[in-house]
Amino acid sequence: MRGRANEAIGGIKLPAIIRTEGLTHVYSEGTPFRKVAVGNINLEIEQGGFVGVIGHTGSGKSTLIQHFNGLLKPTSGKIFVDGVDIWENKQDMRKVRFDVGLVFQYPEYQLFEETVYKDIAFGPKNMGLSEDEVDKRVHDAVRFVGVSQDLLEKSPFELSGGQKRRVAIAGVIAMEPKVLILDEPTAGLDPKGRDKILSQIKEYHEQQQNTVLLVSHSMEDVAKFASSVLVMNNAGIYAHDSIQNVFSRVDELEKMGLSAPQITKVFYKLKQKGFPVDSDVFSVKDAKNQLQKMLSRGDSGKC
Amino acid sequence: MLKDITIGQYFPGESFVHKLDPRMKIVLTIAYVVMLFLTNNVYGFIISVGFLVLSYSISRISFKMILKSLKPIVPIILFTAILNLFFVNGDPLFKWWVISISAQGVKLAVFMSLRVIFLIAGTSLLTYTTSPIELTDGIELLLSPLKKVKFPVHELAMMMTIALRFIPTLIEETDKIMSAQKARGADLESGGIVQRAKALIPILIPLFISAFRRAEELALAMECRCYHGDEGRTRMKQLQYSWRDAFSFILISVLIITVILINMFIKTGSF
Ligand SMILES: Nc1ncnc2c1ncn2[C@@H]1O[C@H](COP(=O)(O)OP(=O)(O)OP(=O)(O)O)[C@@H](O)[C@H]1O
Ligand SMILES: [Mg+2]
Repeated sequence: MRGRANEAIGGIKLPAIIRTEGLTHVYSEGTPFRKVAVGNINLEIEQGGFVGVIGHTGSGKSTLIQHFNGLLKPTSGKIFVDGVDIWENKQDMRKVRFDVGLVFQYPEYQLFEETVYKDIAFGPKNMGLSEDEVDKRVHDAVRFVGVSQDLLEKSPFELSGGQKRRVAIAGVIAMEPKVLILDEPTAGLDPKGRDKILSQIKEYHEQQQNTVLLVSHSMEDVAKFASSVLVMNNAGIYAHDSIQNVFSRVDELEKMGLSAPQITKVFYKLKQKGFPVDSDVFSVKDAKNQLQKMLSRGDSGKC
Repeated sequence: MLKDITIGQYFPGESFVHKLDPRMKIVLTIAYVVMLFLTNNVYGFIISVGFLVLSYSISRISFKMILKSLKPIVPIILFTAILNLFFVNGDPLFKWWVISISAQGVKLAVFMSLRVIFLIAGTSLLTYTTSPIELTDGIELLLSPLKKVKFPVHELAMMMTIALRFIPTLIEETDKIMSAQKARGADLESGGIVQRAKALIPILIPLFISAFRRAEELALAMECRCYHGDEGRTRMKQLQYSWRDAFSFILISVLIITVILINMFIKTGSF
């Protein structure tokens, strides 16, 4: 495992913060449109991890994550958050929602307040926190997502798309959830903005030592920021493993309509051609190191 | 939850009923309703029910869907039944204080409830087997003679098409916004009326904003494709009557005539 938090305690397995048992969700049961969106899923998400969730369109990612905070009720199966079955006691559901924060796909549609400040404060206020605490959390949250303080008194509808997205994410971060789940937080943003938001989330994760689940279609982003990957395929879990183990199965991923990061594919091909390189290269930085090593050894003579 | 609303839900298919011309289907539905209201006799009723069962079987729409379509109107059925039960005069079967129930009352209560049930079941089949677009096309064409008196048939049909098209979208959007606000701890289920009304604000505002945005985008997209109303507009799919329509038309005519004859000549089992 490359997970920072895990290394810190020397590889001892931490208790699972989220665990599912035979989780199944069927949409439109009893009609001709019946659709098993997730089928019989057993998984454990470790406390403190940064997990990338990938899978082709319609593989059930969004459906799966909406079970983790009780927004969707499983057709069958159980979900445990912090060891507690969340559907056992429905009165405690709101507490589960504060512990497991979920940022939806295109979250900017949820903005509604007059000012950015009030909108971010919506979640913390629902938690029943004091004014001072709410104020502190709002300011912390905007700092984490990189929204300038001057925007706080503006109407959220006057912001640009990217700013709206950040404010919406801040609205969830301000609840300081133990688990932060983001469903394609960077869809439709420019590459620079994407990188910035994700770096900020990563930084936040490192400071807070919380658990983050990042649903993404970009293998590059997952390889760069996550410590482990959950691969979904046709309503089931195909793999749940470290970045190395998953992305080294380039051929299998391709068959599923996914692909490893481009740079990984380049190195995979290089290795197949007989160059002395490792194939577990997931970022351009890794690649640079590898190439430098190879060139300095001077055994690139084959080409 | 919100998704369980089935009124106006279309189930695509390839059956005889699906392939009928939407104009004919509307006419048939109206004829079926007329037949139901002409019926005042058990035998006539059997004909209507037979026609309904036949249509559902041919269209391969599950009979469960009838129950689903009836769910929202259960109160209306109960209300009709109770009204008939207590307020129809006749030989009392049962008397207590000011309440009296007569044999005629019971008969009428059963008959009226069945009539409403079959009415809903029959008209639901129209929306189960006809896509909203076909349906509005059919209505537009059926009403087109009214254009002569400057009635804006096309505009109305277009408005209906758009409204129908956006109902599922808006329902989906409401679901999504509700989920997003619930994820931020919005409490929609508890509290008094005032509190609940207040809890709707975080849902209604984003919903309105997105509805307006969608309307604007749609208007723009239509203008970009040179939409300018009815004049000179042609259709990609011309509706065409076929043997199926002729056959169904003859069938329902025969059935209606039979019902009328039964009413006139058979006096047993009438209501
Ligand atoms: N509300 C719904 N009603 C019926 N079917 C649904 C609903 N939501 C999703 N589905 C179906 O369930 C399946 C899984 O959908 P889901 O949204 O979980 O996929 P996803 O992996 O998040 O895809 P994407 O990458 O496109 O976001 C899809 O086949 C979809 O058609
Ligand atoms: Mg999704």
